[in-house]
Amino acid sequence: MTAFAIEVSGLHKSFGKTAVLKGLDLSVPAGAIFALLGPNGAGKTTLIHILSTLVAPDEGAARIAGHDVVRARNEVKRSISLTGQFAAVDEMLTGEENLRMMCRLSGLSGAESRVRSAELLRQFELEAAAGKRARTYSGGMRRRLDLAISLIASRPVLFLDEPTTGLDTISRRALWDMILRLKEHGITVFLTTQYLEEADELADRIAVINGGRIVAEGTAEELKARVGGEVIEFRDAADELLASIPTSGSAADVRKTLNEMAGLFPEGTRIGIRKPSMDDVFVALTGNYTNSADKKEAAIS
Amino acid sequence: MKTALTATAKSPSFLTTNAVFIGRSLRHSLRNVESLMMAIMLPILLMLLFTYVFGGALDPTGNYVNYVVPGIILLCAGFGSSSTAVDVATDMTNGIIDRFRTMPIRAMSVITGHVVASLVRNVLATCIVISVALLVGFESSASFGGWLAALGVVVLFILTFTWLFASIGLVTGSPAAASGYGFILLFLPYLSSAFVPTNTMPSWMQGFANHQPITPVIETMRALLSGTPVGDSGWQALLWCCGILLLSLLWSAAAFRRKAGRR
Ligand SMILES: Nc1ncnc2c1ncn2[C@@H]1O[C@H](COP(=O)(O)OP(=O)(O)O)[C@@H](O)[C@H]1O
Ligand SMILES: [Mg+2]
Repeated sequence: MTAFAIEVSGLHKSFGKTAVLKGLDLSVPAGAIFALLGPNGAGKTTLIHILSTLVAPDEGAARIAGHDVVRARNEVKRSISLTGQFAAVDEMLTGEENLRMMCRLSGLSGAESRVRSAELLRQFELEAAAGKRARTYSGGMRRRLDLAISLIASRPVLFLDEPTTGLDTISRRALWDMILRLKEHGITVFLTTQYLEEADELADRIAVINGGRIVAEGTAEELKARVGGEVIEFRDAADELLASIPTSGSAADVRKTLNEMAGLFPEGTRIGIRKPSMDDVFVALTGNYTNSADKKEAAIS
Repeated sequence: MKTALTATAKSPSFLTTNAVFIGRSLRHSLRNVESLMMAIMLPILLMLLFTYVFGGALDPTGNYVNYVVPGIILLCAGFGSSSTAVDVATDMTNGIIDRFRTMPIRAMSVITGHVVASLVRNVLATCIVISVALLVGFESSASFGGWLAALGVVVLFILTFTWLFASIGLVTGSPAAASGYGFILLFLPYLSSAFVPTNTMPSWMQGFANHQPITPVIETMRALLSGTPVGDSGWQALLWCCGILLLSLLWSAAAFRRKAGRR
């Protein structure tokens, strides 16, 4: 029995002339919550589509619970459940009907389906809306229903493609709690996200995807350590951030940085020293300032 | 904490899968109120329109109703089947199809569900046409066997065109496009012997009208309902329908598989 729930090696995928994945390697330990972090268009959805048998890779191999995604599609399908980037609920049916239909398609009997649906409606706080059509649901409710459907059959590997994109802060928090609770069931969760905070909050391990490859992988702490040392923040009197400069953390380096900055900032500027955040990690790894700023805007809107 | 990597879940049987998808599509049909109203009202309105408005001009003896009933049955069936293209295209553009595809089930059954629902809707519409026809003076000298055979032809026709529209729904990218392409096909009945005998048309059009699939189906139905010999149009109708049905089945299966790599 392999200790890895997901193993990917040398994965290539192009759509026409655009190469999306260029030799991607990855291993996800069983039972972990694993976050794939990357900007929009990085190829996260493409990877999930390959891992869930929807799209065939051009080159390379991927295994889920030891089964090859191309040669053993049926075994793979029995081992996974997918919550795609766009909510996969039937808008014309009620929440309860959605769940019951999916229960039946997961091999439960009519009676078992009724019981399981009721359980999931309660677990995902959808009891009040159970009899309403899914088209009337808010984004958060839809996502919760979507996630509930993914948990009907106890598949060992769960894919969540940008589970909280487009949700407000409260719904996002609620969904995070629900995802964290999945750990108790021993499920391996593979989620993608554009939000550093989300990866930091949820994941045991994080991989950063950029340019079709994994550019870094490890725990949030390990990734932050790669950036190293301490970050000096300069804030004006109104506590507005003026700059954040990474340093090695040594007294000499901090002093040197402060000397270099002397006179650059207005009177009343204060400094603070902190550990690097995932934001700093992202910038350091991808050299991509605009993206993390975009992400913040996307997170707010 | 327990960590499981072995899948324990079972898969539903082929029959259960189909039953679930058929139930789903029937629910959709019942909840799509506008379509449902249209499916009920269209046969009634067309029947009244052709009998009372056009009927007198087309056949002053008042016999037009007997001529036009098969045409209206097929027009309604064609119209009713065309909504399958939109239903299928809607499913294909929603994330739900990806979920079905990643489950250990025969995902193509989602199309079967739409087809069976269309069959049910359109057989009902056909019954409405016949009831209204009888009310406005339709007289049939067909035997019970003739009626059964006519119903068989209608069912085959609906099945054929529903699968054709399902394929159209699969290959077009959006529900709106699917609806547009479907609309074009709905002109076929007007260029057949459905409403006027083809020998009243200009000769260049007769060539098309006599050799398109709708005409033999109409002629077969007309013969069966009036109790006259079916002649050559019987096997022509069967051949057309079975041929288009087979091609549509192959086309939809191929399109369904190809879509897998695209989204
Ligand atoms: N079916 C497709 N055909 C052509 N290009 C595609 C297709 N799917 C994705 N792409 C392209 O591949 C790139 C990666 O897309 P995607 O995997 O959706 O990224 P992400 O999920 O990280 O935002 C994008 O540039 C996108 O335009
Ligand atoms: Mg994506």
